[in-house]
Amino acid sequence: MSALDGVPGALARLEARQALGRPAPNAAPVRFTLDGNEITALPGETILQAAARHDVPVPHLCYTEGLRPDGNCRACMVEIAGERVLAPSCCRYPTKGMQVSTKSKRALKAQKLVLELLLTDSPEPAPGVDSELNRWARQLGVSAYRLPRRAQPEPDLSHPAIEVRLDACIQCTRCVRACREEQVNDVIGYAHRGSEAKIVFDLDDPMGLSTCVACGECVQACPTGALLPVLTQAPGERPRPERVVESLCPYCGVGCQTTIHVRDDRVHAIEGRDGPSNLGRLCVKGRFGFDYVHHPQRLLKPLIRREGVPKDAMQLADPGRPLDVFREASWEEALDAAACGLQALHSSHGPGALAGFGSAKGSNEEAYLFQKLIRVGFGTNNVDHCTRLCHASSVAALMENVSSGAVSNQVSDVQYADCFLVIGANPTVNHPVAATFMKNAIERGAKLILADPRRTELARHATHVLQFRPDTDVALLNAMLHTIIDEGLANRDFIRDRTLGYEALAGMLRAYSPEAMQHICGIPAAEIRAAARLYATSPRAMIFWGMGVSQHVHGTDNARCLISLALLTGQIGRRGTGLHPLRGQNNVQGASDMGLIPMFYPDYRPVTDPAARAYFGELWGRADLDPEKGLTVVEIMNAALKKQVRGMYIMGENPAMSDPDVAHAREALAALDFLVVQDIFLTETASLADVILPASAFPEKTGTFTNTDRRVQLGRAALPLPGEVRQDLWIIQELARRLGLDWSHRESADVWQEIRRAVPSSGGITWERLEREHAVTYPCRNEGDPGESVIFTQSFPTPTGRAQFTPAEFRRGDEPPDAEYPLVFITGRILEHWHTGAMTRRAGVLDALEPLPMVSMAPAELAKLGLAPGDAVTVRSRRGSVTALVRRDPAVPAGSVFMPFAYVEAAANLLTNPKLDPFGKIPEFKYCAVGVERAATAPGVAGYGIAAEVWAGGEAEARAEGPAAS
Amino acid sequence: MAYPYRDEREVRILSAHFGDPEARTLAGWRQRGGYEALGQALALSPEQVTEIVKNSALRGRGGAGFPTGLKWSFLRNDGRPHYVLVNSDESEPGAFKDRELCRWTPHQLLEGALINAYAIRAQHVYIYMRGEFFEPAQIVARAIDEAYAAGIAGPDVLGSGVTIDVTLHLGAGAYICGEETALMNSLEGRRGQPRVKPPFPAVFGAFGQPTNINNVETLCTVPHIIRNGADWWRSIGTDKSTGTKLFNMSGHLVRRGNFEFPLGFNMKELIYDVCGGIRDGRSLKAVIPGGSSVPMLAAHELDIPCAYERVATAGSKLGTASMIVMDDRTDIVKQVRRMVEFYAHESCGQCTPCREGTAWLARIMRRIEAGQGTEADLALLVDLGKNMTGTTICVLSDSAAAPVLSSLAKFKDEYLALIGRAAPVAAAV
Ligand SMILES: Cc1cc2nc3c(=O)[nH]c(=O)nc-3n(C[C@H](O)[C@H](O)[C@H](O)COP(=O)(O)O)c2cc1C
Ligand code: SF4
Ligand code: SF4
Ligand code: SF4
Ligand code: FES
Repeated sequence: MSALDGVPGALARLEARQALGRPAPNAAPVRFTLDGNEITALPGETILQAAARHDVPVPHLCYTEGLRPDGNCRACMVEIAGERVLAPSCCRYPTKGMQVSTKSKRALKAQKLVLELLLTDSPEPAPGVDSELNRWARQLGVSAYRLPRRAQPEPDLSHPAIEVRLDACIQCTRCVRACREEQVNDVIGYAHRGSEAKIVFDLDDPMGLSTCVACGECVQACPTGALLPVLTQAPGERPRPERVVESLCPYCGVGCQTTIHVRDDRVHAIEGRDGPSNLGRLCVKGRFGFDYVHHPQRLLKPLIRREGVPKDAMQLADPGRPLDVFREASWEEALDAAACGLQALHSSHGPGALAGFGSAKGSNEEAYLFQKLIRVGFGTNNVDHCTRLCHASSVAALMENVSSGAVSNQVSDVQYADCFLVIGANPTVNHPVAATFMKNAIERGAKLILADPRRTELARHATHVLQFRPDTDVALLNAMLHTIIDEGLANRDFIRDRTLGYEALAGMLRAYSPEAMQHICGIPAAEIRAAARLYATSPRAMIFWGMGVSQHVHGTDNARCLISLALLTGQIGRRGTGLHPLRGQNNVQGASDMGLIPMFYPDYRPVTDPAARAYFGELWGRADLDPEKGLTVVEIMNAALKKQVRGMYIMGENPAMSDPDVAHAREALAALDFLVVQDIFLTETASLADVILPASAFPEKTGTFTNTDRRVQLGRAALPLPGEVRQDLWIIQELARRLGLDWSHRESADVWQEIRRAVPSSGGITWERLEREHAVTYPCRNEGDPGESVIFTQSFPTPTGRAQFTPAEFRRGDEPPDAEYPLVFITGRILEHWHTGAMTRRAGVLDALEPLPMVSMAPAELAKLGLAPGDAVTVRSRRGSVTALVRRDPAVPAGSVFMPFAYVEAAANLLTNPKLDPFGKIPEFKYCAVGVERAATAPGVAGYGIAAEVWAGGEAEARAEGPAAS
Repeated sequence: MAYPYRDEREVRILSAHFGDPEARTLAGWRQRGGYEALGQALALSPEQVTEIVKNSALRGRGGAGFPTGLKWSFLRNDGRPHYVLVNSDESEPGAFKDRELCRWTPHQLLEGALINAYAIRAQHVYIYMRGEFFEPAQIVARAIDEAYAAGIAGPDVLGSGVTIDVTLHLGAGAYICGEETALMNSLEGRRGQPRVKPPFPAVFGAFGQPTNINNVETLCTVPHIIRNGADWWRSIGTDKSTGTKLFNMSGHLVRRGNFEFPLGFNMKELIYDVCGGIRDGRSLKAVIPGGSSVPMLAAHELDIPCAYERVATAGSKLGTASMIVMDDRTDIVKQVRRMVEFYAHESCGQCTPCREGTAWLARIMRRIEAGQGTEADLALLVDLGKNMTGTTICVLSDSAAAPVLSSLAKFKDEYLALIGRAAPVAAAV
């Protein structure tokens, strides 16, 4: 297994084939004769693959690497000695001594006829489209058309991202396999028979009205340009890229590798690259959400707040008109101003008056230098980032019980699982490409237990759907734990050999029978028992969770229960088992590893540990590092309001949108004496800054990013910096120098060298290897280590080597619904928009797909309130209110309201409760009380001026019907 | 109800009870010796049963003539779930034998299928029946119910402890679903289109598990072989084509219908004596001997034994022994065009040569028929037809090409007449 790790594509190929359930092909190399030459096919290679590797091209259209060979186009026919009929080389495996001819008269004739038949009804390829059909036709010299062209279908231009031009379709079904087998979105079908056979979306709906989630996999798979990305620039022309750059997707923690196509220094397309975490797949954000970098609102010059313009938490600056509030400045002036402002507060109020928020969107190198700057330059541990808001409680529970906050097994391990539990996560929306691997596993036979208050998309694929009442995770999970002990399904050996604290857990669990808990969590006892049994008795079972678990005042307890579940059954430390908190941001794992957290130095060494302090004091050349834990995100905001924190440096984070009770957070930011913000847009946070430093966007920089799988991957710069924008690394280092540190300017590769010393678990990963292999999994302590994809195989990294059971009693959330606020408010994300929307709402396709803030409610709840989809409603909590359109969504349970937090014009976080989990210090984003009523006035259309006008009026109502209604 | 025609020379084994409604019931069937063979088989080991079928040299009656016992022996005792599929999709123009077997002798079919299931250690039999077979489906369903009630199907077959379930599944009007792997896809609820082979059904069949599939007639034969022995079966017919076969006679004949004869029976005799020759005193122009998917034979080529190997030497195939006989008034181009249109309509549409090729053939045939063809079109037909043969996932493509190629070889003058090179033959009559 591990031998294949790191060989790009090899494992993927093997797994893809296993997933098909077809008999295993040649397990050993095979010698056979190809066109008279003896060659060797590698294990699992088809005739076509072996030929290609020996530079013998065989025409092929329906076959493409990564998809199940289907053998339908018959362009790849070869003649095998002794066989009556020709064979499709894309699906035939050679056997020993087989004699294959790719160019016999008969084979060539068959290949050419296929090309002719297809070419006859195909249009000339659109300019810039490199049709594989035309390429092979040229190569084989096929051009004669012996029949006139038939009438061809009209283009379908109903989708904002994808053009459908079926006149160019050759029925190869690559798109069908991409959509159904690879992404398992089940949108594209092959309808009708014979020459009437055609590609359809759903029941032959226009693509734009179908259930398509715009992952674009079909576009990437299509060999002829029948499916094309909508042109975002220079309509009518599809220029070939001037260069392609191998990089990464900037959005979620899955860590998809991409190929960025660049022309005229602009991104002009993104393709999925065969990375270990994505195997060439992408989602709508990664594939189509790239043009934000070219948005006219990009900050291109340093800005300084105009004299006398007050900071108004209630009236944020217009991101399209920064000069109303700020004036442009030179880098020299802006950096001096930033450094002076912070320095002055340091002198007058001491290090504790300063704080920094780094970003999980930045690289490891940026995160590392950022926390180092705060610790060494500011002299405080007041440094944090948005991991606090997503998985702090998960990490707290993991650190407490297994002494490691990272995932134990990678997403791709789900291939080996017989069963997996997904709880409090909506991967098809938030980790779409990870979700494809889960769906692949289910197609292969794995069983899914889905636990979530919302009936999310994965429910369609689940064996058990546990739609429990919001806030009752612990009741449900304890009942499952109870069942496992009660029914004798616990793994006695594992508990005896590898854990501590079983007795205490078992004792506490006695009170948590499913029969008692069913009334609390709303899941019938028999169902709880069945799910627990399935998890416990499966040979290999995995757990994935998301922020539905972590973002509660009892988030740490929720995670403790999940850890106990794995420990109790011994479902950890092996392939296809383990614990996987799905990380949110593209570098949230890395930012945490780099010590961008107030209680830990890099590699999770506690700041309170004198040995750790001594080590980093030495490495960083400052003996008197702050010995106290710093404040966390929400605590810093509170401290700012109390004037305990007075100055901040915020890089690439947007607390003015992402914090709970965001009005309060905005007040806190406004209350700061001095705020430096480094970002690519005038975010809500930046609008309260004193100095704004224009930052580099993802495709403009090179650095490493660590995904949810503990894979360190290399992102490479594809674009030059626009305007006067500078590299973030340069900015941090310039500030450091102005704060009196003797830092020289170093590139990412150089900073990585230092990181290897600071983070020994990644110490074996060299920059050269990253450049070569693009991704390396840690732990990788010594150069040449393959990297451990499964950890805890022998022991846990705790002092005793054993994991700990920590019992968790059921407690209620902080703010249950009541008469005045009768509904539960759940926040989250939608597929098209990332986090606070700063990037995605400035990406044309994404903005067009989801332009307006929506509140989703159950049909029954709408009926109760006399509301129709598309009506404007006001949602109010004890902290604020927002107005948005209401969407009918049967996935939302009655009694609840769901709202994404990406929309500034209706910022969901104005409503959320800042109450913290006592251990993880994570706020309760997933549960507070609200009331909903019809709004007096409709919300204004906002956004960032891309598609807004298109959606004014009736379109919005159509959209409000939601996917389930269409 | 008496069955339409009988002939003294027939050897009625499978069709012995055609026209006898009593034989449809379990009691009636048992009186006629029914389910004795199943009992005999259950007393043997599965391998022994397969061995008997192998020794009988029985060849599949679904068209390809593949040795049945050999096919059964491909399934190994590997502990995986195995399935028996009964191919009762009979949709080929000219074929109507399986329908009659289902209508008159449903228990004969069940018995054969159960023996097959026992022999390959399958616990489930699926009978996939053409959707239009409304009456046969009702009859077979009733027989299944009777078999369950009598303990012949279900958890303890005839008290042997062996479990064999039987499910009847109706198709939905696609000829292609008679192709064995398309049938499997259809049964599984997928799009009914053939699968690429290898892997073959014995390795990757229904639901991805080892599967045996046989034609209705093939399985109906099995109980007789078990009861009377392989030698008995081999004593009928020729060396390479053992036993009897139902001949489905249709077209411009005086007597039409099913006739059961030992394989090797003379084709000319069959047409002229048994079926009384051509109607209305006309003469014979062409015969398609094995269902619409085999090459046609001209009148002078018919003095041959109806055995797989002998029809093959004559340049065609015995196929399902569904003979379509055409008289001298037949417009060959029109007939071929209609057959080609049938295949174009029924092509599942995945393989390029078949999807595009059948559509091309049909367009060219229509063009010729309308008098707008050229001689280049004939060359194109040949070129296309040859390249549609042996190049696709299933043989539907070959089947579409067969009538075109054989008619061009044997009746080229009729094509030439239509492209203005000779006087139209049809008009001369
Ligand atoms: C297009 C096509 C249609 C077919 N239709 C039938 C059918 O209706 N009934 C049948 O028994 N076999 C049919 N076959 C043949 C089957 O694929 C298969 O060979 C047969 O069921 C095997 O049974 P046997 O070995 O008993 O002959 C068809 C084959 C093709 C290519
Ligand atoms: S974009 Fe994705 S979901 Fe939409 S049709 Fe294509 S593959 Fe399917
Ligand atoms: S749309 Fe493209 S990928 Fe899909 S079948 Fe047609 S040519 Fe193939
Ligand atoms: S030959 Fe025709 S019917 Fe058979 S699989 Fe190919 S397209 Fe389908
Ligand atoms: S590439 Fe092999 S059949 Fe299409």
